Amino acid sequence: MSKTTTKHKKVSYAKWGYIFLIPFFLVYAVFSFIPMITTFYYSFFERYLDGLEEIGPTFVGFDNYITLFQNPDLLKYAANTVIMWVLGFLPQIIISLLFAAWFTNNRLKLKSGFFKIVIYMPNLIMASAFSMLFFALFANAGPINNILLKLGIIKESYHFLNTTAGTRGIVALMNFLMWFGNTTILLMSGMMGIDPALFEAAEVDGATPFQVFSRITMPLLKPIFVYVLVTSLIGGLQMFDVPQILTNGKGTPNRTSMTLIMYLNNHLFSENYGMAGAISVLLFIVTSLLSLFVFKSLMAQRK
Amino acid sequence: MRRKLLSVMLAATMVVGLTGCGSGSKDSGSSTTSKGDSSAEGKVVNIYTWNEEFIDRYKAYAQDLEKKHGVKVQFVTVANENNAYQDNLDNALKEQASASDDEKVDVFLMEADYASKYTKSDYTLDVVNDIGLTEDDLKDQYQYTKDVVTVDGKLKAVTWQATPGMFVYRRSAAKKILGTDDPKKVQKQLSDWDKFDAVAQKAKEKGYAMLSGYDDSYRVFSSHVSAPWVGGDDGKTIIIDDNIWKWVEQTKNYTDKGYNNKTTLWSDDWSADQGPGAKVFGYFYSTWGIDFTLKNNAKGGEKFPDKVGSGDFGDFATCYGPSGFYWGGTWIAAANGTDNIPFIKDLMLRLTCDADTMKKISKDTLDFTNNQPAMEAYAKSDYKSDFLGGQNNFELYAEIAPTIDMSNISDYDQGLNEAFQNAFHDYFEGKVDKDTALQNFYKAAKEKYPSLHEPEKD
Repeated sequence: MSKTTTKHKKVSYAKWGYIFLIPFFLVYAVFSFIPMITTFYYSFFERYLDGLEEIGPTFVGFDNYITLFQNPDLLKYAANTVIMWVLGFLPQIIISLLFAAWFTNNRLKLKSGFFKIVIYMPNLIMASAFSMLFFALFANAGPINNILLKLGIIKESYHFLNTTAGTRGIVALMNFLMWFGNTTILLMSGMMGIDPALFEAAEVDGATPFQVFSRITMPLLKPIFVYVLVTSLIGGLQMFDVPQILTNGKGTPNRTSMTLIMYLNNHLFSENYGMAGAISVLLFIVTSLLSLFVFKSLMAQRK
Repeated sequence: MRRKLLSVMLAATMVVGLTGCGSGSKDSGSSTTSKGDSSAEGKVVNIYTWNEEFIDRYKAYAQDLEKKHGVKVQFVTVANENNAYQDNLDNALKEQASASDDEKVDVFLMEADYASKYTKSDYTLDVVNDIGLTEDDLKDQYQYTKDVVTVDGKLKAVTWQATPGMFVYRRSAAKKILGTDDPKKVQKQLSDWDKFDAVAQKAKEKGYAMLSGYDDSYRVFSSHVSAPWVGGDDGKTIIIDDNIWKWVEQTKNYTDKGYNNKTTLWSDDWSADQGPGAKVFGYFYSTWGIDFTLKNNAKGGEKFPDKVGSGDFGDFATCYGPSGFYWGGTWIAAANGTDNIPFIKDLMLRLTCDADTMKKISKDTLDFTNNQPAMEAYAKSDYKSDFLGGQNNFELYAEIAPTIDMSNISDYDQGLNEAFQNAFHDYFEGKVDKDTALQNFYKAAKEKYPSLHEPEKD
């Protein structure tokens, strides 16, 4: 009698576990999984609008992929994306590590609450609003140019958004400002999870702060660090909103700030689902491989 | 995503704005009472547009039609740039068959740059046979405004304006540079491109830019192309006309010599160059632009009154310039599937055929309305525009309007004009060479219109 009751209870718990998971899988299936599969499917079709006329859908096999790979610009857009991501990510990770180390340092005893809010703030603004703000700031007749002119640093207004370095630099700066707060908070939570006894022991042994950071903090932070790196990489490869709005979707000058997703977006003007699908699939594969590579290479040393 | 959000937001504000205005007049009551005499008519008229121009005209001159027909007009405003307006409209039109009566597109506005895309399709109704305007109603309209939207003998849209373009200059600058601000004397010194270049040099010596930026003279050249943007043996080849290349050559030359301020069309610094005290000699503008854009920029903002003393109001004059041209124009089309034909008929009659209303529009604003006899009468009258320093602008408008020839427009003008200008900005800025700019144009063009291709290299 008692045997059957326990058995019954076990089954019922497991059942409820699955039931509670249903909403997630349902939402995931409808909004993520099915669209992803259809994207794969559509990438094998020719389908676009010519004026008001719909062309296709016609099955064309790998034609979209062949066109895509024959386009020498694909590599250029990929390079643009990676350059702008790295330019923003390097300062971001350095500053974030520094801030996180300071805020969690037991001897400094900094009150971090206020700063945490302040550095997180830029992330609360919509990327589009933030881009519009920077677009206005760095416009040819904008405040930055006015200040530089008044101070006599430049003689003629500098067209920031018409230079490759200027545009990429501003995109990187914005991504840095938007995301370093988020990264700092993630790294802080990682650092606070490290056993304080280890830090104390290191101090007793006479380790310098740098030694403590490199020998204790970093190795133990690795899981969080890898997480930050991988999520940022995925976010970086999918960079879209900031350069899109800053350059009005044109990736000026000379398409040097055109990211992969902006290129994809260009195909949506004519609802060219085939080509756009092919780019999506390619990006999906590249992102997965890169993430896997980063994850494996960094986590392998732990064993 | 951004487009959608923007359109939804704008649509929402429009609806809120309109209901806010209408609530005082209790039109809900009148709509129930008038239901009997116009039972076939739907209650909501959805009008798709890309800016405030038509909305302003509608509110000032035709809003009373809402009461007469017991309908409520809702505007759906989506900006033109990057084909956003067309994309949104296309999607709405495709849903037309399945949409509920109050959601259907009833009226939409189109620009010359892409009008043919819609007039060729079944999405637009025949103004004469479907809507019920008569040839007699339409007889005073400028012929070109009808030609451009006529397909297989069917008139598919109407407009309240004709859009001849001309050179608008600052009187104060003309005095300094040319020693006179009299339109006839100024015209003598600007009558061809060589003279225009010479004046640009003089303007530079006096500290003025001849034009504001890269795109200012584009329409002057593109109005005179010898063939449409797209053609060739297969009808899908992009062809760059010699006149377009002339624009590239001139603009590069002006940029290198410092005759312009390196601005781009519709940008903030371009608008600022039309603002109070800007050191720019003149602008190529078309009728609507003088009224809708230049006037507000010159005053220093929309909020200032229309009188001398608001910014540079009154310091302008118009002349023919080196070449007559056209730019823009907004056509009103009725969407297939609308349930508001009686309202649309009245709206079209009021704004595009009713001489009294059109005269009033021209008098109140600087808009050049689409009524040849009325405009020619104005041209001969002693009308004086305060904004143009007492000049009778209709004289010049009426002279250029009959010469407009829009026969070389294609379905793709909007996207290709925009892509071409954008691609060559890099060239003018000195960032890329001409060939790279050209290749960038082809890339952008093919992304926008996958069916098009560049000419075969030989």
